[in-house]
Amino acid sequence: MGRKILFVTTDQQRYDTLGCNGGTLARTPVVDRLADAGIRYERAVPQSVVCMPSRSTIVTGQYPSTHGVWMNGVPLPVDAPSVAAELHGCGYRTALIGKAHFEPFLDPFGRFTENLLARSAEPTAAHGHRGFDHLEFATHGAAGPLHYAQWLAANHPEAVGMFFPVLDAMFNVSGAGGGDTDAPQVKDNPIPRDWYHTDWVADRTIAWLDGLAADDEWFCWMSFPDPHHPWDPPASEMGRIDWRDVPLPAGYPVDRAERERILEAKPRHWKQWYDGSLVSNYEAPKEWVPATLTDDQVREVNARNAVECELIDEALGRVLDAIALRGWSDDVDVIFTTDHGELQGDFGLLFKGPYHVDGLMRLPLIWRPAPSAGVPPAVVTQPVGLVDLAPTFSAIAGLEPAEWMQGKRLPVDSGDAEARGFERVLTEWDSELFGVGVHLRTITRDGWVCTAYRPGYVHDGTEGELYHLADDPMQRQNLWGDPGYAARQRDLVADLWDSQPPTRSPRLDLEAPV
Amino acid sequence: MGTVRREVIIERSAPEVWARVGDPRALHTWFPGVVDCKVEGTSRVITTNTGLTIPEEIVTVDAIDRRFQYRITAPFVQDHLATIDVFDLGDERSLVSYSTDCRPDTMALVIGGGTGAALHELRRQLEADPAADDPAAADTQAQTPPGAP
Repeated sequence: MGRKILFVTTDQQRYDTLGCNGGTLARTPVVDRLADAGIRYERAVPQSVVCMPSRSTIVTGQYPSTHGVWMNGVPLPVDAPSVAAELHGCGYRTALIGKAHFEPFLDPFGRFTENLLARSAEPTAAHGHRGFDHLEFATHGAAGPLHYAQWLAANHPEAVGMFFPVLDAMFNVSGAGGGDTDAPQVKDNPIPRDWYHTDWVADRTIAWLDGLAADDEWFCWMSFPDPHHPWDPPASEMGRIDWRDVPLPAGYPVDRAERERILEAKPRHWKQWYDGSLVSNYEAPKEWVPATLTDDQVREVNARNAVECELIDEALGRVLDAIALRGWSDDVDVIFTTDHGELQGDFGLLFKGPYHVDGLMRLPLIWRPAPSAGVPPAVVTQPVGLVDLAPTFSAIAGLEPAEWMQGKRLPVDSGDAEARGFERVLTEWDSELFGVGVHLRTITRDGWVCTAYRPGYVHDGTEGELYHLADDPMQRQNLWGDPGYAARQRDLVADLWDSQPPTRSPRLDLEAPV
Repeated sequence: MGTVRREVIIERSAPEVWARVGDPRALHTWFPGVVDCKVEGTSRVITTNTGLTIPEEIVTVDAIDRRFQYRITAPFVQDHLATIDVFDLGDERSLVSYSTDCRPDTMALVIGGGTGAALHELRRQLEADPAADDPAAADTQAQTPPGAP
C-alpha cells in the first residue's frame, strides 16, 4: 500500500523566499515546519526556466528535449506519459487543482483540452486527463475560460476587473506599471482575500479531499499561480510588509555602472535585453526596458512577492489542517516546490528568460515524507532536478519508476545522494520568436554552473557562462573563456554534451505564444 | 508585422490538395477548432470551437497558381493576411504552405499555431481518403470555388 501524496507547487518562486532557505522577508512558518521535519534540498534545479516545459518535466519525468515541450506555447501531447496516470492506474485518486499549463492559454479556436475541460458545463472536469480524474484550473487572474475565472465571474463579477491585466492591447505581456513606484506588472488589487486565487486553490483542494473516502489513496497536485507576476495580491494584505522597509536584494547591483559591467561580461543578449535592444522571448514584457528599473521598484516588487508567498504558506496551512481533521497526517507525504524562479532584481532585471543563474535555477524544494515512513530530517546539498519528482511519486506509491522516466527518486539525505550518483543536473532553453532564436544547455555539477550556447540570433555557438557557486553565489563573474579555468570548462562542457537526453523527433510545433 | 509560415508535404497530387484548400466553404472540414464556415460572395464568416465568430474577406482564389488568400477583418487584428500555397512536387506529392502575416504580432503566433494544426489535419485526411485518389473530381471542385472573386 502506498502513501498519500500532497504535491504543492507555486509558480516562479525563488529559493530565497522561504524562511527555511534563509529568506527574511516573507514569513513561511508552514513550509519551514515541513522542512524541519523533512528533507530540504539546497540545490534543486529545473530542467527549464519557463512554465510549460518545466511543468511538462514534472508530470512526465522527462527532460524538455525528450517530452518535446521545447518552449512555452508548445503543448504537451495529450498522450504524453504521466506520473499521475501511473498512480491512477494503481488505484490512486488523482487531482490537479490550480495552474496546470501543459497546454497554451491563448486558444481562440478552442483546440486545447485544458481550456475545453474548463469550458465544459460540469463544475469540475471528471473525464480524466493526463491521469488526473479531477481537474480544476486557475491562472494569474480572472481572464480566460479556466475554472477560477468562471467561478469569480459567476459569484463575484465585480471582482473580475480588479486584477492586473496580464496582456496589453497588443496581446503582449503588459509592461504597464502600478503601485506606489510604477513598477511593471504591479497593481493595487481591491479583491477580498478569500476571493483571490490562492485561497480558491486551497478551498477547492480541501473540497476535493473532503469528498474522498477515508481509505482512499490519493495524489493531489495543488498548484498555486502565485508568486508569478503580476504582483497584485489583495490590497488588504499589503500592510504585512511596507516596501519602503524592504532591503535591496543581494543580487541587485545598486550601482548602475557596476550592474552594466556585470551584464557586459555575459553573453550579449543579457545586456541587449537590459537596454531594450533585444526582446528574445515572450515571457517578459515587450515594452518594458529593464534599464529603467529603480531601487524602489525592486523593493516594491519584492514586498508584493513576499506577501504572495505568505498567502500561499497560510493557504497550505489550511489544507494541512484539513488533512489532519481527516486523520491522515501520519500517512501523507508533502512535497513543496515551484516550476522555476524569478530574477526579482538580480542584475537589475525582473521576470525570466534565457538566463541560467540562481534567480531562475535555484528552486525551493522540500519533501516531508509521511511521518509513518520514519524518514529522518535531512538537508541535501547535491544537485537534484524536477525531473526527479515523477520517480519520487512512484516510489512513494510503492511503484517502480516507469521506464520512460529519466530522473531518479529524490535522495533522502546526502549519503543517499552520493550513493546513488546525484552528481549533475541539466537545464535547457530553446526559444524562437519571430526569427530570434536562443538556445542554451546548462550543467550544474561539482558546485559549478556551466552554460554553453548553441548558435542563434545573437550567438555564434562559442559563447558560454561559467560560475563557481561557492565563490560567486550571485554569478557576477563569468569565468567562461578564462584561461585559468579552461580545464574545468572543457570538462564540464564535455560532460554537458555527453549527458544530453534523447531528443524527440520530429520537433513539436509552437502553437501559441504562451 | 508578425509573420509565421507553416508547411507540410502531402502524398497527394497538387490538384487533389487544391480541391480541398481552394474551397472557401470547406475550411471547417480540415481546420481544427473551426466548426462552421459561411461564405457569401467574397465574405466568409467562421465560427470557432469557443463560439467566436470571425469575419474574413477572401482575397485570392487562384486555381492556376493554387494560391488562396484571405484577411481576417475582426477588430482583434489590425492587419492580417493569410496565404495558402499548394506546390506541385511531382510524383503525386505536394508542398502546402500556410502563411500568416498579422498585426498585432502576437496574433500571428496564435493564428499560426492553428494553421499548423490545420495542415497536419489536411494531410491526415487526404492521405487517408481514397476519394482523393480521383483527381478528376478534385479538379472539378477546384475550378468552381463558391464565393470566388
